[in-house]
Amino acid sequence: MTTLNTNTLSGLDWNQDEAFMGELRQQMLKFAQLQLQDSYLAEDAVQEAFIGALKNQQSFARKAAFKTWVFGILKHKIVDIIRSSQRLVSNGASHSDNDEPPPEAWDQQFDDRGYWHLSERPTAWKLPEEIAANDQFWLVFETCLGALPANYSRAYMMREFIGLSTTEICQQLDTNENSLNVLLYRARLKLRNCLQNNWFDQGA
Amino acid sequence: MMNCKQATQLLSQAQDRKLKLAENVSLKVHTSMCKGCRNFGTQMQQLSRLSNQFVKPNPKPDT
Repeated sequence: MTTLNTNTLSGLDWNQDEAFMGELRQQMLKFAQLQLQDSYLAEDAVQEAFIGALKNQQSFARKAAFKTWVFGILKHKIVDIIRSSQRLVSNGASHSDNDEPPPEAWDQQFDDRGYWHLSERPTAWKLPEEIAANDQFWLVFETCLGALPANYSRAYMMREFIGLSTTEICQQLDTNENSLNVLLYRARLKLRNCLQNNWFDQGA
Repeated sequence: MMNCKQATQLLSQAQDRKLKLAENVSLKVHTSMCKGCRNFGTQMQQLSRLSNQFVKPNPKPDT
């Protein structure tokens, strides 16, 4: 039986970093809970993902690499759980949660005629390959994700992280294609805007 | 003629489904004249790629 002893990741100094492991666990829990809407299932999935990651005995030179690895495993656990339990997500969620969200601030990126406000018009992103290894960038990315309303990010993660089809997501969220399109659109619009303001416009 | 709000809605949906021919044509007309929406379209793909990287490297489920 593998335990959650971080020493199994041999030869690295950061694996002793309890603060990092603790924080990672919290992030994973948040992610799993949002998808599964059940704290016990989320707890189990995270636990299994950790064990799965440590069992593989890979050596990770960087924290970020370990993090993407466990998140990858967690993602698969979540897909398994979601697919094996019909409508799991909608069972626990209150219905109003799934209704089409009211129009709000996302709209303010456009003028009355539906054209970009000059200050909001997207400018091209400089996105070098190395960004994958930039912990600072991922921190901003996570923060922007975390700033989305829960129902936006749940839909977005199901689509873009877990890779479910829109049909599957509609079933899970007990919603229709049009409402889902709206959710995904607003999630992307907000996420894009947040990254633009907090990363790309900072000249980072 | 399509405005930016409508164009960006289609650019988002293009990540999830194949657009109809008519949608594609009016979108092309719009983006050919609108740099903001052209950038937005590219960024939709970049967002998708980033999201994918966020949860890589997709190990096989450990059953």
